[in-house]
Amino acid sequence: MDAVLDNLATFRQGFLTTLALTVVASVLALALGTLLAAMRVSPVPTLRAAGVTYVEVVRNTPLTVVFFFAVFVLPQLDIRLSFFVFAVIAVTVYHAAFFCEAVRSGINAVGVGQAEAARSIGLTFTQSLRLVILPQAFRTVVPPLINVVIALTKNTSIAAAFGVFELTAATTRLANANSNAVLAIFTGSALCYLALTLPSGFLAGRLERRVAVAR
Amino acid sequence: MSEAVLYDAAGPRGRRRILVGSVAGGVLVALVVGLAVARLASNGVFEAERWQILTRQDLLELIGRGLAATLRAAALAMVLAMAVGGLLAVARLSRRRWLAAAAGTWVEVFRGLPLLLLILFLFLGLPAAGVTISTFWALVGGLTLYNSAVIGEIFRAGILSLPRGQTEAAYAVGLRRGQTLRLILIPQAVRRMLPALISQLVTLLKDTSLGFVIAYAELLRVGRNAVEFLGGRYSIPVYTAIAVVYIAVNLSLSLLARWLDRRTRRRYGRTVETSAADEAA
Repeated sequence: MDAVLDNLATFRQGFLTTLALTVVASVLALALGTLLAAMRVSPVPTLRAAGVTYVEVVRNTPLTVVFFFAVFVLPQLDIRLSFFVFAVIAVTVYHAAFFCEAVRSGINAVGVGQAEAARSIGLTFTQSLRLVILPQAFRTVVPPLINVVIALTKNTSIAAAFGVFELTAATTRLANANSNAVLAIFTGSALCYLALTLPSGFLAGRLERRVAVAR
Repeated sequence: MSEAVLYDAAGPRGRRRILVGSVAGGVLVALVVGLAVARLASNGVFEAERWQILTRQDLLELIGRGLAATLRAAALAMVLAMAVGGLLAVARLSRRRWLAAAAGTWVEVFRGLPLLLLILFLFLGLPAAGVTISTFWALVGGLTLYNSAVIGEIFRAGILSLPRGQTEAAYAVGLRRGQTLRLILIPQAVRRMLPALISQLVTLLKDTSLGFVIAYAELLRVGRNAVEFLGGRYSIPVYTAIAVVYIAVNLSLSLLARWLDRRTRRRYGRTVETSAADEAA
């Protein structure tokens, strides 16, 4: 227990890095994912194909491999950034595919009548998507989106293996330094992660029930 | 909603606009890719000699062994996770409150933790407690803990998705609770959750790449070792080959899952939905 209390500063640093990585990557991945979802329902075949290819390739690649490309291959393109930025890139690129699928399932859940009505009053594709479909789609997919954010939070732990000092890296370092208190240290960091994931999961469950009643 | 409702089939002008736009976009993408390729080429990435490394017999054998190690860990973890997951699902549906609560806690806790943390805990924590554990079992153990929670929920969703009438009819003909579950509910539920299970297998297979972190010699670690041995100049060919292997294996499994899903829906009505979140983790 002392090992945890003595190293609160290290835990804090790791926790804040995890939080920063989660927030930045979630926002970017949601934006990219929405764009991809719009591409996948657009009237332009080229855009549809590009969206499908992106999602299929990324979905079937392990995040660790995406990290490999970010950390070891981007420098070969003479792109030199900090490990944190590489981690943001890898996490964003990977989770955008899943945000895309969540948003698309929301678009598919909006009633056909909505799209027909939007079209019949003369809205263009972009207008009907932006003004009619997406606002309703987002409402129904808030719980799945939160779940993707939870998955993203957990997946930021992989950045530990690629030079980012976040919560898991902090845990490993402390565990190696205090071999008599490994259990306490892991429990401490597990509690930190659960403090992030459990409330979000609870919120998603609550919202899901509310949306289910509303529809 | 069928997506085609959002727009009409393009007329001649629309088609022309789409064509022009696609060509312009294609040129833009080609420009960016060309720039990247030029950079890579100026760093000598496309020298034939670098890619010929992939025809080296020993490298291919190494990658083959890595793939075998990946598949072995994934298969064992899947079997164990399904066994534990099945117990968890039955426990969560049990009428004994404490049992349901215990299984519920297990699921919430292990689903809420990063898989890497679980693997590292087994790998670093057990030796500290005096139990030695190989990298293989640390990986399989971590995968089992995490996936048992996810698969338990898939099982439970499958059983709960069946119409109430099935249970009522089983009780009406005098079956007990255990018999109802075993003879009536599980055989029907299995069909509905098969596609979801295969999707989860893809996720699990992807997650074996975390073995890289604890130096279990799976596909990715093998590739990294090869690059460290051969030199950094071979990183792009080797990592590309490894990504292709992962994508090929996972894509074929994904397609199998999708095909099964469509078939099951056609024949038996509905299936357990996989969430994008479970696939991401």
